[in-house]
Amino acid sequence: MSAQPAIRLRGVVKRYGEITAVNGLDLDVPEGTCVGLLGPNGAGKSTTMRLLTGQAIADEGELEVLGFKLPEQSKVARAQCGVTPQLDNLDTSLTVEQNLLVFAHLYRIGRHERQAAIERALGIANLNDRRDSRVDKLSGGMRRRLLIARALVHRPRLVLLDEPTVGLDPQVRQELWALIDAMRAEGTTILMSTHYIEEAQRLADSVLIMSHGSAVAAGAPAELVAEHAGREAVEVYGSPAMLAEAEASARAAGFATRRTGTSISVLGIEDADGRAPEGERRPANLEDVFVLLTGEEIE
Amino acid sequence: MATRADAPRSTIGRLERPAITGVLVREIVNFSSYWRSASFSSTVEPTIYLLAFGFGFGSLVSEVGGYDYIEFIGTGIVATAVLFSSAFPAMFGTFVKYQFQRTYDAILAAPVDTEELVTAEALWIAMRTSVFGCVPMVVAIFFGLDPSWGMLAVPGIAFVSGYGWACFGIAIAGFAKSIENFSYIVSAVLTPLFLVAGTFFPIDTLPEWAQVLANFNPLYQCVELVRAAVFGWEGWVDLLRLAFLVGFGLLTWRISIRAMTRKLVD
Repeated sequence: MSAQPAIRLRGVVKRYGEITAVNGLDLDVPEGTCVGLLGPNGAGKSTTMRLLTGQAIADEGELEVLGFKLPEQSKVARAQCGVTPQLDNLDTSLTVEQNLLVFAHLYRIGRHERQAAIERALGIANLNDRRDSRVDKLSGGMRRRLLIARALVHRPRLVLLDEPTVGLDPQVRQELWALIDAMRAEGTTILMSTHYIEEAQRLADSVLIMSHGSAVAAGAPAELVAEHAGREAVEVYGSPAMLAEAEASARAAGFATRRTGTSISVLGIEDADGRAPEGERRPANLEDVFVLLTGEEIE
Repeated sequence: MATRADAPRSTIGRLERPAITGVLVREIVNFSSYWRSASFSSTVEPTIYLLAFGFGFGSLVSEVGGYDYIEFIGTGIVATAVLFSSAFPAMFGTFVKYQFQRTYDAILAAPVDTEELVTAEALWIAMRTSVFGCVPMVVAIFFGLDPSWGMLAVPGIAFVSGYGWACFGIAIAGFAKSIENFSYIVSAVLTPLFLVAGTFFPIDTLPEWAQVLANFNPLYQCVELVRAAVFGWEGWVDLLRLAFLVGFGLLTWRISIRAMTRKLVD
């Protein structure tokens, strides 16, 4: 593993008029790892992704991608990056193969390697027998696979995945997780933004939790859980009035709590020795950490 | 790793050929799926103008500005075809690719910058225009316009004019907040320019101030240059007209890059 991180951000600030979308963000993605960028909607994940491709220019701070300074050297960095955007931007009137061909050109793959690169990408997306189908005839899951394969056609060193499975059903999501996991196994560095906790927990070596444009916690998922939510939690169910009461008394007893909508989770009860309320015990998870750190209120 | 990262640093350049080729390849591959409709709208509309004016007006007047009316309009109509196959597709196409299809987000995530993207898009439209622009002139040949060797220069004139109008359209798309805003440009700028270009009637029937202004109309310069190519070059004045069209192209090129950079890079 190299000493130089694939991505290094220091004190990055990005403002849009009155709104500060990214507010003093530090981020390190070591080469060969998969880092998850977690945060609620509006936390600044997508803006961070745009900063990394030079499609947004930071107002303050330092950005380096694969050792290249942004924004000046962004084009060279982009040549070695693959990007999967949150919103599908495939050419829908072209076939699967034509979409890959266009990107083989845009990523400057030499004439002699082009066809092999396209075949490899078709294999990754598992779309060999749909190569001549127009994109608008594909299912949502196939389009997403193609979108990821398109980002891999030039064997990038770094892949940026912006909400790779948003809006897809669980079967398709599993399929994409397998694809991302295979990428990771090959040693490709991955930065993935998501607001699906399970996705980050399964795929990421480490996660960075963002809120209001800056990092509120960073580390391996298991470490973050242990540090912020403890080992065990108990779920207390009941009527809204009972939940409010359970929340108040757990807080008075010094426990951290969070609402799940249907229950109150009382966290860090592993050493509670009977002080913990009655309910269903379960291991603490990353979602507990996420809600604790990014707040319960919807803005 | 450090050496690997250092090596390509010297390759950061502007207007790199692989980047422009990449964008052109995308357009060419796409064209294979929509060439019928694009060719139709770019050539049929000017041809309808040609026939309507040719038969309608041509039956009233036999000679205009020293030419048979079919010769007059068969050459002037090239500028109309140029406008219809460059400015309009540039305005609408750019807006759709930027706003609805998000194509430019995908391209700019690859090693292509806005300057290369805009240049390649304008080059592509200019190439198409060099073909589409000539179609009504070829139609006019069947209605009595005599073929001449000078006509071989017309695709070149259409290319240079088309590049300028493509950049004009891209710039408008870059400045426009919504696609509805285009109607202001079409009504207030393009329609007057296209009517006072000397295509359908000679501009020397206009008041003097309008004649002076017409010299700054790139469509008028295009019309005059096409007539010179078809009926005989006039010398320095042709070069001046060409220089004007090149200047128009360079100016709109830089403006369109600025407009699109503001739109695409926050």
